[in-house]
Amino acid sequence: MAMLSFERKYRVRGGTLIGGDLFDFWVGPFYVGFFGVTTVFCTLVGTLMIFYGAAIGGTWNPWTINIAPPDLKYGLGLAPLKDGGIWQIVTVCALGAFVSWALRQAEIARKLGMGYHIPVAYGMAVFAYFTLVVIRPVLLGAWGHGFPYGILSHLDWVSNTGYQYLHFHYNPAHMLAVTFFFTTTLALSLHGALVLSAINPPKGEDVKTAEHENTFFRDTIGYSIGTLGIHRLGLFLALSAGFWSAVCIVISGPFWTHGWPQWWNWWLNLPIWN
Amino acid sequence: MSFTLKLGAVLAGLLGLAIILLTFERPPVETVQTGFRGVALGNVANPRLQPALAAANQVPTPLPRVPSAGPRAGQTYQNVQVLGELGVIEFARTMAAMTAWVSPQQGCGYCHNTANMASDEIYTKVVARRMLQMVARINAEWKPHVLETGVTCYTCHRGNPVPLNVWAENTGPMRGEGFSASSNGQNLASPVVGDSSLPYDPFSRYLDEAINIRVQTPDPLPAGNRQGIKDAEFTYGLMMHFSQALGVNCTTCHNSRAFSAWDQSAPQRTNAWHGIRMIRDINHNFIEPLQPIWAANANGPASGPHRARLGAHDDPLKVNCTTCHQGVNKPLNGVSMLRDYPELARITNIDAPPPVRQ
Repeated sequence: MAMLSFERKYRVRGGTLIGGDLFDFWVGPFYVGFFGVTTVFCTLVGTLMIFYGAAIGGTWNPWTINIAPPDLKYGLGLAPLKDGGIWQIVTVCALGAFVSWALRQAEIARKLGMGYHIPVAYGMAVFAYFTLVVIRPVLLGAWGHGFPYGILSHLDWVSNTGYQYLHFHYNPAHMLAVTFFFTTTLALSLHGALVLSAINPPKGEDVKTAEHENTFFRDTIGYSIGTLGIHRLGLFLALSAGFWSAVCIVISGPFWTHGWPQWWNWWLNLPIWN
Repeated sequence: MSFTLKLGAVLAGLLGLAIILLTFERPPVETVQTGFRGVALGNVANPRLQPALAAANQVPTPLPRVPSAGPRAGQTYQNVQVLGELGVIEFARTMAAMTAWVSPQQGCGYCHNTANMASDEIYTKVVARRMLQMVARINAEWKPHVLETGVTCYTCHRGNPVPLNVWAENTGPMRGEGFSASSNGQNLASPVVGDSSLPYDPFSRYLDEAINIRVQTPDPLPAGNRQGIKDAEFTYGLMMHFSQALGVNCTTCHNSRAFSAWDQSAPQRTNAWHGIRMIRDINHNFIEPLQPIWAANANGPASGPHRARLGAHDDPLKVNCTTCHQGVNKPLNGVSMLRDYPELARITNIDAPPPVRQ
């Protein structure tokens, strides 16, 4: 495969975390690396296990294929393959693939002399998944508290888990997570609209510069965070959304067993107004 | 960073830490799976709170059983209208039990003129007679809800002349009218709806008026479903009450993927459906007809306790799920007191229109 003119600059040796030069090569445009191999291996095994689960699950309808975790009675032990064991293997494979991918990102970052922003950011999503299928189930004492792998079945899990705490909108960490998700989309839409407006001027006008962009927001809201700052803010908002999502689910059950509205009793009972 | 800023940061950190450490619970918790694996149907409970809850719902030691021998109470005493079929010893035992359950401090005199036990001059005796008929009605007609466990006076009263967990119509605090926006009976954190800000009087709609819960339509692409967000929120408020009253969560009855679908619901939902109708029967046919008597004795009998017998809108204090359940999914931890007091099930003179089961 032909290499783009600037690509040679990025194809530098070294920077690997493990395996030395062993897998330090490219296949076409793709860097391989030790963690590329483990990613492919885990992905392949996990996906094949999902296909196996689907094959014995009674449906090939992609909406209703369901790889469910074990019954709670198996606790933190291994479950029979057809009674949640597939879910356990898929979970191990998924975590193996996700963590490998993050480490491969780290190796590429090292090759390019970048910071670790990308693996850290991606790691937050992996952390949220890890919280759902490992931390919370361990705290509750059974793998069966993990969510099932299926398009509709995982939605049923989300809905029922929410209603186990009567009204999930009163979960304080859920409030933060939702707020960060909405703020992320707001910030991205403002930023995207600004950039598109600046680089698509009317016919006959010049493309606008960053100073023009800053002026727009200084005029409209009195402040502009700047071209670099908006990306830092975006990263903070997006990572916070993922982080508080993980917190909101891990506190539901292990650290609160009642309805979430009831948690706010400490606020209602503050001696200031009670 | 200035000293003030550092101090402020430390204080804010300590405050946050205090909130985190003092307001949450901790593992291990007890979970029960009631549905297919991975669907998150089932109860979640803190095992460290269970002993206190169980202890608060113990049944009192039953009085020694007596034979149904001797002359009938109705022939021996005057003005025995609903317990006349009982033998005199059974009758005496039932009276003693009722005193212990309802008026342990006030004694027989709470209902009786002790100089003339047959007299109806103290209004509470008339109320007690109606309540006996109510107990008989529940045990005879509402087995779909109370099963063979049944109820006695103690299920609600627990040693109090007026049961502690009752409700009356609540139109909320006084507020501006005219062009000012209405809060539609909600937006105040209310303990009856699990401390949420859902409508704080769902009972008037569903447990007094017989409004049906029909928020979700079974039709795809529905036209003509007039239910709105308000109906959903009143329903949600009522369900919060159910959950609080029984110490359970929504998934005890519902699979939340389709709240309305009976074929996806737990059997408990059928029991709750009958419970709603049972409460309406109690409120309509046994509590509300007594309103004039309470209105004439708005603060109770002379012997006390002097507590309001009517709500703010002069409606009587009515029954909801908490009246019996009091935080456990089976009242009194599922122990049948009726088994020890079968006399209560022998009342045949119930004097009420047939129950509505629709």
